[in-house]
Amino acid sequence: MTELEVVDAEVASKDEKTPRVGRRSPWRRMLRDPQAVITGAVILAFVVLGLLADVIPSHGPNEASLQAFNADVGTEGYPLGADASGRDILSRLLHSINTSMISGVIGAGVALVIGVTFGLIGGYLGPRVRGTTEWIFALVQTFPGLLLLIVLTPITKGDYRATMLIFGVLLAPGIYRIVRNQVLGVKNELYVDAARVSGLTNRRIMSRHILLSVRGPVIIAAAFMFGTAIALQSGLAFLGVGSSGVPSFGAMISEGFTNLYSEPTQFLWPSLALGILTASLVLLGNAMRDAFQGARPKAAKITAPKLAGEAAAATSATAAEAEATSLLVVEDLAIAYPTPSGELRTVVDGVSLRLNAGETLGVVGESGSGKTQTAFAVLGVLPPEAVITRGSIRLDGRELLGLSEAELRPLRGRSIAYVPQEPMSNLNPSFTIGAQLVEGLRSSGSMSKQEARERVLALLGRVGIPDPERTFRSYPHQISGGMAQRVLIAGAVASRPMVLIADEPTTALDVTVQAEILDLLRDLQAELGMAVLLVTHNFGVVADICDRIAVMQKGQVVETGLTTQIFSAPQHAYTRMLLGAILDEETVRTDGPVAAPVPLGTDAR
Amino acid sequence: MTTTAPTAPLLDVKDLRVSFPGRGFRAKPVEVLHGVDLSIAPGEALGVVGESGSGKTTIGRAVLGLVKPSGGSMTFAGRDITAATAKERRALARDIQVVFQDPYTSLNPAMEIGDILSEPLVVQGATPKDARARVRTLLDQVGLPSDAVHRLPREFSGGQRQRVAIARALAPEPKLIVCDEPVSALDLSTQARVLDLFIDIQRRTGVAYMFISHDLAVVRHVSHRVGVLYRGDMVETGPGDKVTSAPDHPYTQKLLLAAPVSDPVAQRQRREERQRRAQEAREQVQPAGVV
Repeated sequence: MTELEVVDAEVASKDEKTPRVGRRSPWRRMLRDPQAVITGAVILAFVVLGLLADVIPSHGPNEASLQAFNADVGTEGYPLGADASGRDILSRLLHSINTSMISGVIGAGVALVIGVTFGLIGGYLGPRVRGTTEWIFALVQTFPGLLLLIVLTPITKGDYRATMLIFGVLLAPGIYRIVRNQVLGVKNELYVDAARVSGLTNRRIMSRHILLSVRGPVIIAAAFMFGTAIALQSGLAFLGVGSSGVPSFGAMISEGFTNLYSEPTQFLWPSLALGILTASLVLLGNAMRDAFQGARPKAAKITAPKLAGEAAAATSATAAEAEATSLLVVEDLAIAYPTPSGELRTVVDGVSLRLNAGETLGVVGESGSGKTQTAFAVLGVLPPEAVITRGSIRLDGRELLGLSEAELRPLRGRSIAYVPQEPMSNLNPSFTIGAQLVEGLRSSGSMSKQEARERVLALLGRVGIPDPERTFRSYPHQISGGMAQRVLIAGAVASRPMVLIADEPTTALDVTVQAEILDLLRDLQAELGMAVLLVTHNFGVVADICDRIAVMQKGQVVETGLTTQIFSAPQHAYTRMLLGAILDEETVRTDGPVAAPVPLGTDAR
Repeated sequence: MTTTAPTAPLLDVKDLRVSFPGRGFRAKPVEVLHGVDLSIAPGEALGVVGESGSGKTTIGRAVLGLVKPSGGSMTFAGRDITAATAKERRALARDIQVVFQDPYTSLNPAMEIGDILSEPLVVQGATPKDARARVRTLLDQVGLPSDAVHRLPREFSGGQRQRVAIARALAPEPKLIVCDEPVSALDLSTQARVLDLFIDIQRRTGVAYMFISHDLAVVRHVSHRVGVLYRGDMVETGPGDKVTSAPDHPYTQKLLLAAPVSDPVAQRQRREERQRRAQEAREQVQPAGVV
């Protein structure tokens, strides 16, 4: 086995070592959230009390007794007192819980059944079906809910369950909207295509693949609708709509209200119960949302040590000689991100780079090697939670780490410019190309509008755009990806920067366009004498344009050297492995088609 | 090296046309494939190369029945599948499978690997017990540990997910797998290993591949024959080594010269050759007297 193969096997085994990511279902996650546990327990307690409504109190909810008229709290047999009709308040409270729960179950249940069914149908099937369902649900949503329910009282005969049934229908558009939107999003996912290719029927795809993916938001919405239904039922009862024989929080509040001055506690109990119940439901809904939609616990904010000064002082001796030749010096840079548990996870670990004036340095590595993080640190655009734990970045002798945003802003564009990977997402779709470039130019200097316009047109011509005037007036969506990248390069070199940082500038482009963009970068570099720091994973691009290479692996630079040296005599094992994995001109398939297909089970080796 | 299929083609596509509805009111449909011919023999790997917008993905989706052709014919194992009904398509699922580009969105994030792999088997009528046994064989074939069965896709790296996607495609023992950019989202070192897995599986099972990619190097590595697609037309078809190393058509030549080689010296030569040709092309466009 050659050395190269050994390395390959080693990397292979690392790749196969599957990372065990902590996997907990959303329900399990909720068990660890105090908000979910407490509100869940409160609601459970209410349910249990409701179920014991016929056991605990010694009187029925509608059992009136003249002796107990407005009885005080603690009266024998009436622990919470009695109301103006001499009915046991405790008994009425407990029975009201059942009324509320049944209201919630019917209201939310009907909304769920109708909303989910039609949401799946409308989202998954063709536009004609969707048009119909859309129209119907829009119509339902225009009905004024409370009024309609009151007007329909003769039909429901005052039975709150029938009212809730209708209310469920009125709530259904909310669920329908959620499911339809989710389904439309999920429908075009590749795994749904894959399921269709696997020969699954539409019904099975909907129930297995799509419903599984959209359940989170639906469960959350249902929790809120449960609360809405309870509130509405109480509201109706408070207004006196519906049968007076059914104990309900609303009816009790209404009765207590008329008695407010003489017996305030009669008003207090049902209000308190209703308040706690609905508040718990809303809070439980929030906890569910956190658990299902993955609200991450906020990363602990760790302040970076005040390192800029010390580091610069400590390394000043070596720095002096490096600075004599190097334009950009990155020294022992380490970047870490806080994990939810509060510890720091290091993604860049002691990277040192030197970029000389007028040269192109390629930073090469696979995903997760920290190459983009290093580039972002130089630009000063790391995400706010990133922590630079040590190191120094000096541009032309000036320390960049520790500079404030206001101090960095004039540097960006004039001293350091940036060309991103995705040209389209770095242009604002609502402004013309010209407006964006003119704004960029004028913000970094005192240029008149006319001057800036002429400069931009000249630049667009320079970066090889055939009709600068037309592109100037175009919006980003009207030009191709290659043109967009030319536009961004024009913007980047507009103020003749010393250093250009290009993060995978051609990865999103076709190879023929990539070749032209690399030509352009090479020409511009020669013309402006810029130093270019090129981040890429593509060794072809490196071979084409870079003078020197730094190979990164797992946050460290494992090898630096001249491009020709590294390609002809790589020193580090990882570099050798990467170069060995390149599919070059020689790797042509030479064996012919397999003549006689062998069934999979009988392995013919 | 076999260049033409000795046996009857497994898949025969003739004059395939696909149009998509235009944007806006009563807009004309946009035709993305203008009559493409191709054929794949049993056990053969046909590479389809093209840049973005060339229609290479659309060919694959038409063969899979995910888009409707607007013209032409597709024959699979002697049967016309151009206008297959939903039911016929479900039956075809045993024979034609797919591996998509993006291993992150092609696996349902909410399903365990075991369920993802056994589902196609169960809908084809396998008992749960048989399906479980088969899933273990499949995982073994693509080089994944058998304890992967109870894990979710997000617990795997990109290369491993793509192995799961390959295992899913292999599950019903298909005759043809459409591979749509199956290694483009992977790191360099992973890419080479996954390509080798594809070749290894083909040698063992005799499955045919339609291997769609924008990358000549990838296609060169796995394909017996290669077709080059340019703006909805197949401009060149031929043996893999010829088309990807010494092509006849000017577009393929341009594509080859534009792809950078990982060797600074060779790349300089290639770059100069490309720039010389581009210069020639410019001079040809300009009328001679203009200078």
